[in-house]
Amino acid sequence: MPPQPRVLKILNVLSAVLVLIAFLMAMFYAPLEKVMGEVQRVFYFHVATAWVGMLGFIAAAVVAVIYLRTQDMKWDVIGLAAVEISLVFFLIAIVLGSIWARPAWGTWWTWEPRLTTAAILEMIYLAYLLLRQGIDDPERRARFGAVYTLLGGLSVPLTFVSIRIFRTIHPVIIGEGGSQTMSMTGSMVVTMLFSIAVFSLVFITMFWHRIRLGQFADKIEQLKMKVTQ
Amino acid sequence: MIKTIEVQAQKRPASNYLRAVFAITWKDLSAELRSRELLSSMLVFSLLVIMIFYFALELDVKARNGITAGALWVTFAFAGTLGLNRSMAVEKDRGCLDGLLLAPVDRSVIYFGKAISNLAFMLIVEAIVLPVYSVMYNVNLFNLGLIVVTLFGSVGYIAVGTLLAAMSVQTRTRDVLLPILLFPLVMPVLVAAVKASSGFLLGLDMSEIMPWLNILIVYDIIFIAVAFMVFDYVVEE
Repeated sequence: MPPQPRVLKILNVLSAVLVLIAFLMAMFYAPLEKVMGEVQRVFYFHVATAWVGMLGFIAAAVVAVIYLRTQDMKWDVIGLAAVEISLVFFLIAIVLGSIWARPAWGTWWTWEPRLTTAAILEMIYLAYLLLRQGIDDPERRARFGAVYTLLGGLSVPLTFVSIRIFRTIHPVIIGEGGSQTMSMTGSMVVTMLFSIAVFSLVFITMFWHRIRLGQFADKIEQLKMKVTQ
Repeated sequence: MIKTIEVQAQKRPASNYLRAVFAITWKDLSAELRSRELLSSMLVFSLLVIMIFYFALELDVKARNGITAGALWVTFAFAGTLGLNRSMAVEKDRGCLDGLLLAPVDRSVIYFGKAISNLAFMLIVEAIVLPVYSVMYNVNLFNLGLIVVTLFGSVGYIAVGTLLAAMSVQTRTRDVLLPILLFPLVMPVLVAAVKASSGFLLGLDMSEIMPWLNILIVYDIIFIAVAFMVFDYVVEE
């Protein structure tokens, strides 16, 4: 088992330190939002985690196409890593969004396009994991997984558009007084951009770790096969 | 004897794509004509769902108009998975799929053949459910717009459903998996179909219905094209 490369080790430390700094910035550097108060501070991490989820989603769809073209198993490991990271980070983003929506909109959940799309995307990821679980042959598992993520990558934008139209035709009951009308001061923008940058770095670090984990799992699988033969 | 087979083989060139597609569709339809196991179970299931809706939602006259489109599409979606599962399971269990794969035709022929027969089953069920629903709930569903929406919606649903059924039938969990794989992906179809259907039923202006029809058409085109491209990977051995 090869040890972690030097760059990855540096990334580990850097990610941890920067997340701490981003947290402190959100808590102390960013000014208090007048209308929403302290709870608005959750916004910085909410946007950043949703951003990471988005990165993972795009990475998964692109990798799926690459896998189908090359049929190289290493892309399957990468695709699975992207999906899992995206799954976790969208979940965090939804939970953080809920925490913010409760005081801001007066409800934990609204059928707002972004929120609903994120929830449906989570369902697609769970279905993807269930699909993989049901297939023993690794090569077929990879192929089906790639096909499914590709289909998901195409249907999710359409889902977003359709829910968007759904909402514009319908009267908006819960006011749009959220992020759209939130006017941000300079230090707020700085905090937001900083945490997005930090979480992008976290994404790279985790992605790397998850890919390594996948490679090790493959290796163990092969060794097990060798032992039983 | 051998000679006649040879002659027949010559008469049916493998390159004739459309004819191969219809051969598969015809095989499914004639098998169904004899057994009637797929259509009958889909139909009975649909009628049961409609009845459950009555008791679950206490559909009085006022509530009916608002949710008719929703109730119909839930019924179609559920009955659809039943049919999709069955039609692929039959191929897999009796080893027919392997036989089809050996045929000297492009693999996508199998996809289109199965998709067209699945679509036919779904449309037949819909053609029976719509009048029955009309009678049972005393709503007029004879609306050209509604029929068009039903057609477009079913095409999108079946395009993705046939592909996913071919996948789920090769997994350990099989029929349980299909709705879980299918429903999150057909969400745009269901949203658009429900909204467009209720738009036509409520007599809304065309400008309000058009966006939904557009989504349905875009979805149909994209997913038929993608299914055509990736079906090879799904049946590859």
